[in-house]
Amino acid sequence: MKVVASLLATAALAVGAGAASAETLRWARSADNLTMDPHSQNSGPTHVFNHQIYEPLIIRDVDGSLRPTLATEWGISEDDDTVWEFTLREGVVFHNGNDFTAEDVAFSIERAQKPTSNMKELVASIREVEVVDDHTVRFHTDGPDPILIDKLTNLFMMDREWAEENNATEPQNFDAGEEHFAARNANGTGPYVLQQRVPDSRNVATLFEDYWGRDEFPLDITEILYTPITAAPTRVAALLSGEVDFVQDVPVQDIARLEQTAGVRVTRGPENRTIFLGMNVGDDQITHGTAEGNPFASREVREAINMAVDREAIQQVVMRGESQPLGTLAPPFINGYQEWMGEYPEVDLDRALELMEEAGYGDGFQVTLHCPNDRYVNDEGICQAVVGMLGRIGITTSLESRSLSIHFPSISNLETDFYLLGWGVPTFDSQYVFDFLYHCRRDGKGSWNATRLCDDEIDAMIAEIAGEGDLDARNEKIAAVWERVQEGIYYIPIHVQTIARAMGDHLDIPVHPENDFWAKDVAVNR
Amino acid sequence: MIAFVLRRLAQATLVLLIVGFVSFSMFRFIGDPINNMMGQEATLEQRAELARQLGLDQPFPVQFARFIARAATGDFGVSYRLGRPVMDLILERLPATLELALVSALLAFFVGVSLGVYTAIRPRGLASRFVMTASLVGVSLPTFLIGIGLIYVFAVELGWLPSFGRGQTVQIGGWSTGFLTQSGLASLVLPAITLALYQMTLIMRLVRAEMMEVLRSDYIKFARARGLPERRVNFRHALKNTMVPVITITGLQLGSIIAFAIVTETVFQWPGVGLLFITSVQFVDVPVMAAYLMLIGLVFVVINLVVDLLYYAVDPRLRVEGARGH
Repeated sequence: MKVVASLLATAALAVGAGAASAETLRWARSADNLTMDPHSQNSGPTHVFNHQIYEPLIIRDVDGSLRPTLATEWGISEDDDTVWEFTLREGVVFHNGNDFTAEDVAFSIERAQKPTSNMKELVASIREVEVVDDHTVRFHTDGPDPILIDKLTNLFMMDREWAEENNATEPQNFDAGEEHFAARNANGTGPYVLQQRVPDSRNVATLFEDYWGRDEFPLDITEILYTPITAAPTRVAALLSGEVDFVQDVPVQDIARLEQTAGVRVTRGPENRTIFLGMNVGDDQITHGTAEGNPFASREVREAINMAVDREAIQQVVMRGESQPLGTLAPPFINGYQEWMGEYPEVDLDRALELMEEAGYGDGFQVTLHCPNDRYVNDEGICQAVVGMLGRIGITTSLESRSLSIHFPSISNLETDFYLLGWGVPTFDSQYVFDFLYHCRRDGKGSWNATRLCDDEIDAMIAEIAGEGDLDARNEKIAAVWERVQEGIYYIPIHVQTIARAMGDHLDIPVHPENDFWAKDVAVNR
Repeated sequence: MIAFVLRRLAQATLVLLIVGFVSFSMFRFIGDPINNMMGQEATLEQRAELARQLGLDQPFPVQFARFIARAATGDFGVSYRLGRPVMDLILERLPATLELALVSALLAFFVGVSLGVYTAIRPRGLASRFVMTASLVGVSLPTFLIGIGLIYVFAVELGWLPSFGRGQTVQIGGWSTGFLTQSGLASLVLPAITLALYQMTLIMRLVRAEMMEVLRSDYIKFARARGLPERRVNFRHALKNTMVPVITITGLQLGSIIAFAIVTETVFQWPGVGLLFITSVQFVDVPVMAAYLMLIGLVFVVINLVVDLLYYAVDPRLRVEGARGH
């Protein structure tokens, strides 16, 4: 009964204080974070909420650079290029009062490497974590890994003692059949302490009094109330009615209207994700269409398609201006991107038809385009536009759009000859693109490459990048691969999509290329 | 009587098995949860390994048999999406759905009956005609459109009521209620109206038709001839006889209110089992979907069983035929 009474009192207070308390950030997004366990899900909505509670060694800042967080200095050892050394921040405590030390780093990396972890691929190259002293730690890797640091931006640090006390030394195992302690409880070093988590309904966190960065950040926000709101119109309505302060994902069709609404601020910018078409370039015969042999195996046909797809029309009509047309799979943020790669050919239907003729497909062919309809911004609309554009060079395309949970497995299982896919690059480095999209499906690589491209030379070039410890030499090797694959036109890049955020005009939260966000950085300006 | 109940229970079990079978066979067309569970860096081998662990590589009959065997002991497994036991998830959200359904059902019943009686007594009145026309809108507009319209008017433009969520709730034992706080009650208004509107128009039209039928019958004419006051004739004699079929229909509709709360819950981000189901479909969270569909099946079976038993008690003819196994 006492609980009821205190809850009633809290409710009364909340009502009494009114909707516009200056310190609470009421934040909404379409999807909930799936778990509080920092190593059990590698997904955007889960990480972004955990970033308020847990902290990694370094974070990826809004401009793409690395910002020191729990590590103050880092670098590859001068004597041995397979060793990374980190200097840890001093005076950091966990929410339960324990000190953050090198032991906790070792524990967290080992936990992230466990079979049930979803982060294990990002730390797979770490062979051993050596604790030098309380605030120095060394990562020994299998061979040089100069971009290891880029893979640690979402790798959160946990308290060893807390995990051991609560039987949470391994990430959630779906076989176990019971709830995992770390799924709904959290103990990080971050600026906010988890107070309540009701999945799909509300997550509450309040300011951590002993946070190490009390004097470094604005920390105007003293309470975070994160609510998933699935239906897009409701999400926008909640912002307009002042029931939420910050909407992290604004539907494209509402951007213009919100920009003209008094009291609402919209920020936008490109996301670190390219949208493109993949083709079966490797098989002798396509199975999802009618054609003699496999037209996509001919570079002329691919070049013709590249010329026929009008990226600027897609930008203006389908995306309402909210995209940046692009001629490569590399988002412009990442290491290895060069200006020339981003350029795309002018639409030239005459030349495209000539190329089709040269390839022996002057009479065209028929193929099915597989497309997701609930994953990327206006994904189905992009595919519809492509169908019309390819019709102009004689390619009859039938469109099959479906949910992501059917679309992605069919890419994994090679059950498509022509498909739309998007690819984000969390490491901000080209190798990630090569490994997953250009490498042949072997040696644990190429898992998202459904083009059937299997080129020993390209794979050898990619392998060389991985073994190269010197950054300049490595970048030259990356450039060589890009030249090779851009020339081959194995994919038809379309654009980089835009993220838009909307908020009350007392806030100004810039867009982050990975859609991340830190409440500690937000200054409230009423 | 006991034989009747036993036979009904056997039928109910069969119905639940069929519900489980049909829903389970549909899950294969919804997609594959592995991708949602693993993140994009997973290799093909790791995906296959997880599928094997979850038993998703097994043929459909094996998967189904396993599911039924575990469900029979009350174990519906662990949610792929949230990593928590499915029964916990459903029990946690059931209060939200039941409270919404209860309020909607009461609203639909009382408003529906009042309007039905009014339009039956004054069929030619201007107000009756207006109500009848308006009720057509209630029947034909899709729920999500009504919901969004209400949000736009009452939350965005007027700012009177919240547009989403359940407000503050109070925990009493295992039950979280929104009835005890101001924000909880305010949050209930729009979703309850949205969910009630269709049932309301249905009940109103049913009451009106039945009532007009009764009003034409002889005993009403005699009652009027005896000079009984109009109010007594309408409410004491006519309405009472109208209500028998109305109560039956309303009871049966309660099941569909619970089942069809899905759309309303999605529009208003109402944290009930319907919203849980929709998010589970998007994620291909098979254990939750299966348990939810079984639960809805159970609700319908129980309601039908109760109605059957009531008929049995009310109608002596059934008892005679029942003995012969109709």
